[in-house]
Amino acid sequence: MEHSLKIKIKDLNFYYGDFKALHDISMDIYENQVTAFIGPSGCGKSTLLRCLNRMNDLISISRVEGQILLDDKDINDPNLDVVTLRHNVGMVFQKPNPFPKSIFENVAYGLRVNGIKDKAYIENQVEKSLVQAAIWDEVKDRIHDSALGLSGGQQQRLCIARALAIEPEVILMDEPASALDPIATQKIEELILQLKRSYTIIVVTHNMQQAARVSDVTAFFYLGKLIELDDTQTLFTKPKLKQTEDYITGRFG
Amino acid sequence: MNKSSSLLRRRKLVQVAIFGLFRLSAAINGIALLIVVYFLVARGWRAINWTFLTQPPMDSMTKGGILPCIVGTLCLSLGAVLVALPIGVASAVYLNEYARPGRLLRAIRIGINNLAGVPSVVFGLFGLAFFVVWLKMGVSILAGSLTLGVLTLPVIIGSSEEAMRSVPDTYREASLALGATKWQTIYRVVLPAALPGILTGAILGISRAAGETAPIMFTAAVFYTPSLPTSVLDEIMALPYHIYVLATAGTEIEATRHLQYGTALVLIVLVLGLNLIAIIYRARLQRRR
Repeated sequence: MEHSLKIKIKDLNFYYGDFKALHDISMDIYENQVTAFIGPSGCGKSTLLRCLNRMNDLISISRVEGQILLDDKDINDPNLDVVTLRHNVGMVFQKPNPFPKSIFENVAYGLRVNGIKDKAYIENQVEKSLVQAAIWDEVKDRIHDSALGLSGGQQQRLCIARALAIEPEVILMDEPASALDPIATQKIEELILQLKRSYTIIVVTHNMQQAARVSDVTAFFYLGKLIELDDTQTLFTKPKLKQTEDYITGRFG
Repeated sequence: MNKSSSLLRRRKLVQVAIFGLFRLSAAINGIALLIVVYFLVARGWRAINWTFLTQPPMDSMTKGGILPCIVGTLCLSLGAVLVALPIGVASAVYLNEYARPGRLLRAIRIGINNLAGVPSVVFGLFGLAFFVVWLKMGVSILAGSLTLGVLTLPVIIGSSEEAMRSVPDTYREASLALGATKWQTIYRVVLPAALPGILTGAILGISRAAGETAPIMFTAAVFYTPSLPTSVLDEIMALPYHIYVLATAGTEIEATRHLQYGTALVLIVLVLGLNLIAIIYRARLQRRR
């Protein structure tokens, strides 16, 4: 099956003040695939992820060079509105972070801030997103209860539903299961495999088995550089570089 | 073995002693409050009756009640919070959410901290010069509320900022990542999450404003007026100032002792009541999460 190009990263450099966190990253990310970013802590994988929806804008001393093209449009173009970008590129964070609101209001949030007032549409969209995130059956009877009463794994699936509700094209996941137990992790992984039919997904993970299980393409980063990028299967079975092999076999990291 | 067990005993003893000191410190606070309340109740309860609460003072303030003072203090403290809450919360939003760190921000913070340290009588003189005379408000509820508002501003800014700081950044990130603007994030996520803390600030502000004498004696309060206010430009009586007047400037200071204690008791109950409303409201907010 051929996949079309969704995101093109060209010669990307990223700085926190004087510290260069990413060095000349170039890579392509394809539609309806799961791309995994792996590498030891501090290798820049989360930084790169946060470049893709410009979350790094929040850090005042950060600076970007190079290009990130989403559907051929430069996302760092000053004429492009970052709010629109984030509408198209959703994000799920490492720690489940539902708002201290009801389950319903959490999922409806993205719709409401984007100016949608149609009640029937919002209700329909909330249900659809919760179903997609495989949590509807668990919460449908208490949709107006606080989201903080859910378990960690449920909260994370709620956060995924919240991201889905505004119908983004790309979903960024920053170690989405690292704070969860094995069963909740398994549910998230199954969900990722479901979602890639309709979305482009990028997952940052510390867990190499997870990358092997869920992703189609894996990128290995080390010290801010993209070391190796390949089909997940190839990268994990026949890595081209010694460094990659050492990392995936657990010799360092 | 023996040595370590004696060492352990000593360490435990030290802990017991230190914790005992802490407990004592906490107890002293409670006891001080109890003593104050005891004196007020013991000496003031006889003054309290229906007439006292519903009539203006009579016979050179040796008889009658304190209704104008109660109404006056309610007006002034609510007025002060109405002035200080919006400005204080807005300032806290600016300081905590927007302002770029730098010289300007430092200067503003120093300003706020100094405002908190200014003696209240200075606020009174400022209110007299600025609101009463220069802005021609006269001695009025408006001038007094504004003066008390300025006085409570640092309290409200401080607690609002603290409340917003304690809202986890993960909420802000989640909101922004969903395509919310910065303002939507503040309005829909940060402020609701910070509301209980902001209300705590408002409670402290009301209490502070209700009890102050110096800032209102030149700006709002008068020695005696039997009528209740009909507009914000009216001058009024107020509980703390009334106590001060009875205790220092009356013709029959000794004869009105029980009235002084009674007035003080009413003031404390009033402040407690205002606090209680806010505390109940806050508890309800927290339960809704």
